Amino acid sequence: MGIHRGHKARPVEWLAEKFIFFVSLSAILMVLLIFLFVAREALPVFFGQTNTALVQKPIPPEDLDKHSPAELEAYLEITPDQFAKMSKANLRDLMDVKVEEQDDIPDNFRDDPDARINTTQWKYLIQPHQWTDYDKPEYIWQPVGQIQKYNIIPLIVGTLKVTLVGLFFAVPLAVGAAIYVSQLARPRVREILKPAIELLSGIPSVVVGFFALLVMATVLQSIFHYQTRLNAFVAGLALGFAVIPVIFSIAEDALTSVPRAYTQAALALGASRWQTAWQIVLPAALPGVFAAAVLGFGRAIGETMIVLMVCSASVMSWSIFDSARSITTTIAAEMAEAVSGGPHYRILFMLGALLFAATFVSNMVGDFVIHRFKQKLEGKR
Amino acid sequence: MAEILIPKITPPATAATAAKSAAPLIEIENISLFYGASKALKNISLKLDEKVVTAFIGPSGCGKSTLLRCLNRMNDLIDNVRIEGAIKIGGHDIYSPDVDVIELRKRVGMVFQKSNPFPKSIYENVAYGLRLHGVKNRGELDAAVEKSLRQSALWDEVKDRLHSSALGLSGGQQQRLCIARAIAIRPEIILMDEPASALDPIATTRVEELILELKKDFTIVIVTHNMQQAARISDQTAFFYIGELIEFDATGKIFTNPAKKQTEDYVTGRFG
Repeated sequence: MGIHRGHKARPVEWLAEKFIFFVSLSAILMVLLIFLFVAREALPVFFGQTNTALVQKPIPPEDLDKHSPAELEAYLEITPDQFAKMSKANLRDLMDVKVEEQDDIPDNFRDDPDARINTTQWKYLIQPHQWTDYDKPEYIWQPVGQIQKYNIIPLIVGTLKVTLVGLFFAVPLAVGAAIYVSQLARPRVREILKPAIELLSGIPSVVVGFFALLVMATVLQSIFHYQTRLNAFVAGLALGFAVIPVIFSIAEDALTSVPRAYTQAALALGASRWQTAWQIVLPAALPGVFAAAVLGFGRAIGETMIVLMVCSASVMSWSIFDSARSITTTIAAEMAEAVSGGPHYRILFMLGALLFAATFVSNMVGDFVIHRFKQKLEGKR
Repeated sequence: MAEILIPKITPPATAATAAKSAAPLIEIENISLFYGASKALKNISLKLDEKVVTAFIGPSGCGKSTLLRCLNRMNDLIDNVRIEGAIKIGGHDIYSPDVDVIELRKRVGMVFQKSNPFPKSIYENVAYGLRLHGVKNRGELDAAVEKSLRQSALWDEVKDRLHSSALGLSGGQQQRLCIARAIAIRPEIILMDEPASALDPIATTRVEELILELKKDFTIVIVTHNMQQAARISDQTAFFYIGELIEFDATGKIFTNPAKKQTEDYVTGRFG
């Protein structure tokens, strides 16, 4: 441990090294802890320990001793911890409440097959289901009401829709601006443009959302004449504005760090500045530009406020001109009203874990691709 | 010291002194160059003939590289540069407003001090200039790439890995690749800015042999810090000192019997 690479560290250096080491370690630890926390809250969903069926077979309080603790925990929707802390009397009270709840169910639900379904099973989370009074199986996210429908597909589709629109808008613009600023612009123009674009990232996303909600939505509707005024398209464009500075900043760095020698060689061969930028500098900076896009994706998929403000109906539709509800939006909007420890709460955490995993995987894949790109450019393949 | 410096004297440039010097290929007429207010080149006039190797020598900061870069207008890229006078190539002033810089650079190729192959395959490096100038036919490209690589004595070393990255080559091979890239578009003139200064002695020898070989087809202007190199490969030598052309003559004469005291001091290693 410590610096033992040919010299003895002085006490202050040793202390400084240790301090920096622990700071960096704590960053990793934080990420791990957050994931563990999120995943732990979501575990009952993964193990099928939640039950949302409205009509359940009541267990009379007198039968308390006939059932195993696990069965009772699932039935009463409590954790083993809570179970251990409760006296028999408390448990009986809870079971009384349960029985009363069952008695209170409105009559029209008694014969409804939907009321007997545990909607938190994976089958209902990801597959379409034909609910009573519907003509065909459908993906529905409707966490409030007597029969709670937790199909997460509309949320995933909504997230992808908004994110992809945002990236399709932001990546070309940001990379184009980066090429212009780093390769083509005169020094004076660059000195103004670069900080100006990077300043965009200082705009709070609430303000971007507000602008999109009031101005962009109206203007875009008058141009494209679509039905729904607030839709994934508007949200995506607004998201793009938030992502542009991130992508621009990193792509510009990558392009600027391409050796001047390449540019000189291309110009000396008779290439125009544009050809040099496009055919020589951009390919050489591709790993960095790709990294910028991956980071932009991470920022876009995690952005909450803009999508929340612009559109948030969880309709199942691939059309970008329909509304969309993203995963982050769902969590932000519903967490406050979800009963702590209840199925809705668990599912929101499951969505959080899902989002975490998706970002993690996208970063891993991005890293791998960047690595391959670099090796190819450096001739080490 | 002077004797050691001249191991092999090429005969005084025949072309340079011949009767056809009435129409030399490159005419530098009274060129002055300013970086902002400071004058980096002072009223330089030079005439260079076709298919001759000219060496520019002089201590660092004497303006030899700057003058070289005037010949294909690479100085245009630097802000705050002003050039007075005229440079005629084939009788046309390359600084007149109607000149297409891209067309000029196609005629005047350049090899840099540090080898700078593109991070692309060996084949694509050589083919890039041709593609820029509109060659699309695959067969034509293949033939031109092979010819250029053969001419730069690199073909046998790379023919089996034409499509692997150029950055996997050694320093000397990379520099010969850069020469191949420059000659692929068949320029009339090749400018070389200390092309061997970053290479080991063996790689340097190969590049020098290559220059002597290329002399048959191209007019070459080379900037060098290495006096032996100038003596070995050039036909004429121009000696510069703080932005001024001190002496310009056949290489043999510059190294054995220079007209100016300053030149003698420099080539014998007394200063610089």
